Amino acid sequence: MELGPYLVLATLEGAVTAAVLALTAVGLSLVFGVMRVVNIAHGEFFMLGAVLAWWIAQSVVEHPAIGFALALVAAPLIVGALAVAADMTILKRLDYDPERTIVATIGLLYIIQQVTLMGYGPDARPVEAPFNTRLALPWFEHGAEGWQMIWPWGLGTTSYKLAVIGAAVALLCAVWALMARTRIGLVMRATQADREMALAFGIPVERVYAGVFGLGAALAALAGVLIVPIQQAHYLMGADPLLLSFIVVIIGGLGSLPGTVLAAVLIGLSDGIISVFFSPTLAKILATLLVGLVLVFRPQGLFGARGA
Amino acid sequence: MKVYALHVGLLALLLALHFVLPAYHHGNLARVMVLASYAMGYNLMFGYTGLLSLGHALFFAAGMYGMGLGVQHLGLSAAPALILGLVAGAVVSGVLAALALRTAGVAFMIVTLMFAQAGYLSVLYFGALTRGDEGFVIQQADRMLWGIDLSLEGNRYLAALLLFGTCLMLCLWLVRSPFGRVLVAIRENEERVRMLGYDVFAHKFAVMVLSGTMAAAAGASYGLLFGYVGASFASVQYSIFPLLWVLLGGAGTVLGPFIGTLFMFYLIDLSSGVTTAYMLLAGVALVVLTLFAPQGLMGEVRRRVWRGVP
Repeated sequence: MELGPYLVLATLEGAVTAAVLALTAVGLSLVFGVMRVVNIAHGEFFMLGAVLAWWIAQSVVEHPAIGFALALVAAPLIVGALAVAADMTILKRLDYDPERTIVATIGLLYIIQQVTLMGYGPDARPVEAPFNTRLALPWFEHGAEGWQMIWPWGLGTTSYKLAVIGAAVALLCAVWALMARTRIGLVMRATQADREMALAFGIPVERVYAGVFGLGAALAALAGVLIVPIQQAHYLMGADPLLLSFIVVIIGGLGSLPGTVLAAVLIGLSDGIISVFFSPTLAKILATLLVGLVLVFRPQGLFGARGA
Repeated sequence: MKVYALHVGLLALLLALHFVLPAYHHGNLARVMVLASYAMGYNLMFGYTGLLSLGHALFFAAGMYGMGLGVQHLGLSAAPALILGLVAGAVVSGVLAALALRTAGVAFMIVTLMFAQAGYLSVLYFGALTRGDEGFVIQQADRMLWGIDLSLEGNRYLAALLLFGTCLMLCLWLVRSPFGRVLVAIRENEERVRMLGYDVFAHKFAVMVLSGTMAAAAGASYGLLFGYVGASFASVQYSIFPLLWVLLGGAGTVLGPFIGTLFMFYLIDLSSGVTTAYMLLAGVALVVLTLFAPQGLMGEVRRRVWRGVP
């Protein structure tokens, strides 16, 4: 393949990464924005979503699409409920102290990861996509007879990947509408702006916190379910999304939703394109260094305007 | 006086154990002492100065690889390789301190985490030099320090004890010196310390370099004593371990890191016989500790038994 079609392919793959990443990172960003809690266990919620999707899909014996649809609904609910329980038993008792919650969520990370290892085992397991038609893409080339359309081998995508992108866009719009247009969002934003004042106005801050933590985890789990037909479910799969979500949330500005989405698209696309030219390890090294340096020299993020 | 009696007493006890312990526990204790030195370095920053780093594996690995690569590729003998490891640790911690100390709180934690991750990935990336995940073995011939063969059980234990004793006494002296008092004051109220005219940044910088160098000393010794250098020592897990040990033993106490390391080491050692998911214990310990005993074991001793324990 030549460079042009190659770049298109990388962009398409990058868009899938970006879509899933945006969902995960928005969950992390919500939790940080409203609760001021850095949730190190966020990647494990993503992993739980994927593992639960496998478990649900294989226990439903009928058509794979039914199992997958069920997983799409049930996995985020289960993970969200788990997160609410973790919030009420652990984070609430720590009084949401930023440093102690980080240590506690590191503990939570190991607990979830290792319990999954004990229950699910160390294997990577696939889930069948509900629909998976290959779509070849044309490419235009300037040949001897002027412009002509060719179908380069390997240039294409699947209907499922496009559906993932569409689902992510729809979900992000739903989250935005929830935050900006509903009473629940209003209460969340009030809690984010001033916890004490919200409490004084009779907002049940603790319940809002539990809900936000559950919602953030559910979004990560949903992203996990969406990715599992493309990438297999494995008990260690939470590490990469956690790192990338951190990168996205920090570059997009801590706690800002539009910045997070923009950064997710940027990182997701560049991740696909950079790994065409560099080794993935080098790309990761550069990305982690970038996050560290952004935090040191521009703590409000690249797109954030207000001070963190 | 009582304070010195306690700490010298512990060292004497460890020396006595050298002659009576069965081989298996003898080897374990040598390992624990080296790792406890790492934890003590961590404790200087976290326990005494209130700087929570999530990237200490970077310093441990800097020492380990400084030593290991010196032996492997520069053909150094053990003593200069150890010094190279220490220098590497000091330089790396100095650079990271200059950058990360511009931030505070949660941002400081994430910055240290990110740089440590970049360090870990670099070890993998330069696999041609470091052999990546697989790591490399330090040959027995390279583990001779002034004619003493460090690969022998007895010598290894005594060398670990020497490292541990040095770090312990250094910490004890440091936290009781005026410098150490300022560190504690920074932990308690940074603004007030600044107002009193102390240079807060200089103190934090000094303690971070000291802490990183101590971690590097532990890393270099670990590689030399146990003869293996690998990428897993640079991973996030090895940044979390000292935090766990120090929290368990008691942050801001001199003996806490050793007690925490000893306790956790045997807990994991016993449980790994039962299950492969031994990190589960580490997770549960972290959550339970932050919930119920944020002061750790020695912290409880300080609260209930002896208020003056350093």
